[in-house]
Formats: sequence, structure tokens, C-alpha cells
Amino acid sequence: MRSLSFRAGIVSILILVLFLGAWHLATSGSSAVQQMDPEYAKLMGLTATQGKSAMPGPLQVGATLWKHLTNPFYDNGPNDKGLGIQLAYSIGRVAIGYLLAVLVAIPLGFLIGMSQLMSRALDPFIQVLKPISPLAWMPLALYTIKDSNYSAIFVIFICSVWPMLINTAFGVATVRKEWLNVARTLEVGPLKRAFTVILPAAAPTILTGMRISIGIAWLVIVAAEMLVGGTGIGYFVWNEWNNLSITNVINAILVIGIVGMVLDQLLARAAKLVTYPE
Amino acid sequence: MTEKLISIEAIAKRYPAPGGGDTTVFENLWLGIERGEFVCMIGHSGCGKTTVLNILAGLDAPSEGVVIVDNVAIEGPALDRAVIFQSHALLPWRTVLGNVAYAVGAKHKDWPKTKINEHAEKFIELVGLKGAEYKKPSELSGGMKQRVGIARALSLEPKMLLMDEPFSALDALTRGTLQDEVRRICLSTGQTVFMITHDVDEAIYLADKIVLMTNGPEAQIAEIVENPLPKERDRNQIHKHADYYAIRNHLIDFLVSRSRTFKDEIKDKPWDPKSVPLVRPMAAPPSAPEPLRKRA
Repeated sequence: MRSLSFRAGIVSILILVLFLGAWHLATSGSSAVQQMDPEYAKLMGLTATQGKSAMPGPLQVGATLWKHLTNPFYDNGPNDKGLGIQLAYSIGRVAIGYLLAVLVAIPLGFLIGMSQLMSRALDPFIQVLKPISPLAWMPLALYTIKDSNYSAIFVIFICSVWPMLINTAFGVATVRKEWLNVARTLEVGPLKRAFTVILPAAAPTILTGMRISIGIAWLVIVAAEMLVGGTGIGYFVWNEWNNLSITNVINAILVIGIVGMVLDQLLARAAKLVTYPE
Repeated sequence: MTEKLISIEAIAKRYPAPGGGDTTVFENLWLGIERGEFVCMIGHSGCGKTTVLNILAGLDAPSEGVVIVDNVAIEGPALDRAVIFQSHALLPWRTVLGNVAYAVGAKHKDWPKTKINEHAEKFIELVGLKGAEYKKPSELSGGMKQRVGIARALSLEPKMLLMDEPFSALDALTRGTLQDEVRRICLSTGQTVFMITHDVDEAIYLADKIVLMTNGPEAQIAEIVENPLPKERDRNQIHKHADYYAIRNHLIDFLVSRSRTFKDEIKDKPWDPKSVPLVRPMAAPPSAPEPLRKRA
């Protein structure tokens, strides 16, 4: 018997092949072709004239994907930039908004976790603000910030701040009493205690919050860029929809998924580094 | 003042009771501990013995009264009183050396890292963990973890070692070995120790004096039992000592019945919580053995 991961890999490949095969068959075109005036046929498109679906097949998508991958950074003006450039814009926005959120959420989470008073006082605000869809902030952001790029960053900030804030507060509040007592009996000062006991103890919980946040941020950036336009992978998807290039839309979807996975795995690795077995 | 290193003076602990008023765990508790003494406190759970230890450690504050260490009233935890926790309380993200060095570094803030590690390693060796310095607590057995806890406390070279049922989570064999080690180390360094336990044999083996607490709430110190066994004790020979069963029976009698009925015992007598009776259970003077009688 081969190892479990080997067998799982075989099954994964089988599922992929089945899916690609079904996709190919479904889009290869078999419906009846009508005889018509060539001038009229030009207007009707491929579906009517050749029985071919407008939905691209896996081969077409693969071919354009190859084109994108071999030349990801071309720039032919505002409406035609390489996938790499668009992704770089999106990742850049996510990185800035996310890092700002880290800078706010972790210290604030410490405060909430360590102080019962602040925890109670801030709780109603968090409870109300947390369930708001980040995109609902967009008009307000556009009006006050007056810059679509910064507004997108703000939306990323506001959506990634909550999971980190709540997890940090929870992690800090639930540090084992005995570890704190160790620090107390050793007369360790509050600042040193925060860094040498509370932070390492709460780090796995904090990293879990950061991982949830990066996932949400990557979900939201696509929608945000569809709204603000200009650059980014979200704008690319919307632009290619307007161009009726389903092939490019599918390519973008694939790339969004892969980048999201990579971001998630990066945080998972980081979480593994700070996790301690008890 | 007397020679006492620690003087517990009239401490009380009260909690607000549900439905108004206070629940008194204990009150007007007086106890002195001399330098180099090994004192065990025995009592049923709920008598507040852990609270007494936490107050000594400074982790808990008494509702009334004070604790005086070396003529200074304590205010909170301090490095001169090291605690060995029941649950070892090691920091799981630090290695054995890291855990001990953390304590050493907290005490000697001006020491360079190499000196801190040297000092820590000395105590790791003392508890027999040489070679395990770079292991994480999760890689150690329960007994080894508690050894690290002991090394951490000893590395502070405290005036007073406080132990809260340090061996209760260990299996019997490991417990025995660790008791031997703690005894050896404390004897050789003249360490003053206050330990909580509910294990009578542990108390007899380790302690110079055993403090008996009555049942809570409103617990009090009933007696201080002086251990009649010689300071040099051998675990394997101890039960052959003439006074062994005298003290053992005395302690068990207390735990089984007197801890419950002690209030009635002293009801009509003058009672001074400042100087509770000091007893020294000894074997009855040898008398002629009773002749064996054959049963009909």
C-alpha cells in the first residue's frame, strides 16, 4: 500500500482530468449550425455560425494562460496590462491595508485583553462594526479620502482589523494564570511580561486571527477593485467581462485562487513557527 | 524580635458570600518559620492552605493581617520567595535552559548572558537534568518537568522556598525520587521551605515541623507537630523508627476526625491562636509485650 498522500494525489489528478474532460466536451460545440448570410453571420458570432459555445474550453484557457505567464508584466496603456502588474497592484493594496490593520489590531487587542474595563467599554463598538460588509464603507471612504486607491486600502484595513483584534484580545485574556504568576513571582515588569510571557503565549491565537484576516482581505480586494477601477486583479476581471473575454476572466479567477492559497499558506507557516506543544 | 525568618501575623482571608456577608476561609492565623526549617502544612482541601501559600508568595493578599519576611512586611511577590507550582508552570515555548535562565535573568538583570546560562546550568545539573538543557517541556516526562520547576526556583537562591503540593501530580515512584532529591538539596543548602501537602508520609519524611489545619470554612491552625524523627532520615528505614507510628497515627487521627471536631475540643479551654500547642508525638515507653493468647 502506498502512502496516504500518494493515493490522495492520484485521486486529485483523476478529479482534475475528469473535470477538464467534461469542460472540454461541454464547450467543444455540437449544436446545429444554421445557414445564413455571411454578413449576418459576422454579427451573430460563433455560437450561431459554427455551433461553438462562447464559453472557452480548457485548451483555449490554457493557451491564454501560457501567454499571460510568459509575459506577465506588459503594459499597453490603462486598459491592457499584464496579469503580473494587475496582481502586483492588488497584492500591494492588500499588504498596505493589512499591515495597517496589524499595527492597530494587535496593540488594541492587547489593551482589550489585559483590561476588563476597556474590554467592556469597547465591546459594543466592536459588535456593531464587525458585521458591516467592508464594501459598505466604500462610499464613505471615497467621500472622505477622495482617492480611489486609498479608499480600497481603507476597505482592506477595515475588513482585516476585526478578526485580528478579536483573536488578539482573546489570546491575551486567556493566557494561563500560572504563567503570569511565574512572571509575577520573578518580579518581571509589565512591559517585559507582555513581550516574554503574554506575546509568546498568545501568538498562536493571534496568528490564527491574522490568517483569517488575510483570507478576508484577499476576498474583499477583488470586489473593491471592481468598484474603484483603474488597476488591480479585480478591475482586470471586470474589464475583461466588459471585453466579453471569458477566457481572461477564467484565467483571472484561477490566478486569484492561487494567490489566495499562497497568502494563506504563508500565514499558516508563520503560525506553525510560533505554536508550542504543551 | 525572634529568630524567625517568616512571621505570619493575624492573617485572614474572606470572600464575599453569595447573598451578602462574607465567607471566612480562615482568620487570625499566626505562624512563625525559622531559618533553615522545613515546614509542611497539612489539611483537607478547602481549609485555605493554598491561600496561605499564595499569601506568602505575594500572589494573593490577606484580607487582614501581615506577613513579615526578614523584618519587612511583604507587599506582593518578590524574588526572595521562590514558588514551585503544583502544575510546574513551565513556559512551553522555552527550553529547559530557557526556563531556568528566564528566572536567573529576572533576578540578576546586570549579568551577561553567558553568566546567566552558566548559573542556570549549575542548577539544571543539581536536579539531575544535565543533557536535557535544550529540550522543550513538552518533550519531558511529568517528573522531569517538575525537576525543571525545582531548578528554576532554586536558581533564584531564595530566602524561602514555597511549594504547593509539588509532587501530587506525579506517579508514586517519581514522587519518591523527587522527594529524596528535594530533601538532599534543601538539607545541604540549609534552605527554608514551606510546603503544602495532603500526603502524611511525605510530610513525615520531609518536614521538621508539620502545621495542622482544621477544616474550612473558618479554618485555624490546630497544632504544630514537631517531627520526632532524626534529621538524617532514610526513606527505607524510616518506618522502623520507634516514633514513626506515633507521629503517623497522630497525623492520621487528626485528618480523619480531629480536623472536623477540633472546634468542640477547644470550646471550653482558653485558646490563643498566637501560640498554638507544639506537640511531639513519641512512642509510648516500652512495656512488656503482651503474652500471646490462644483463641478458643
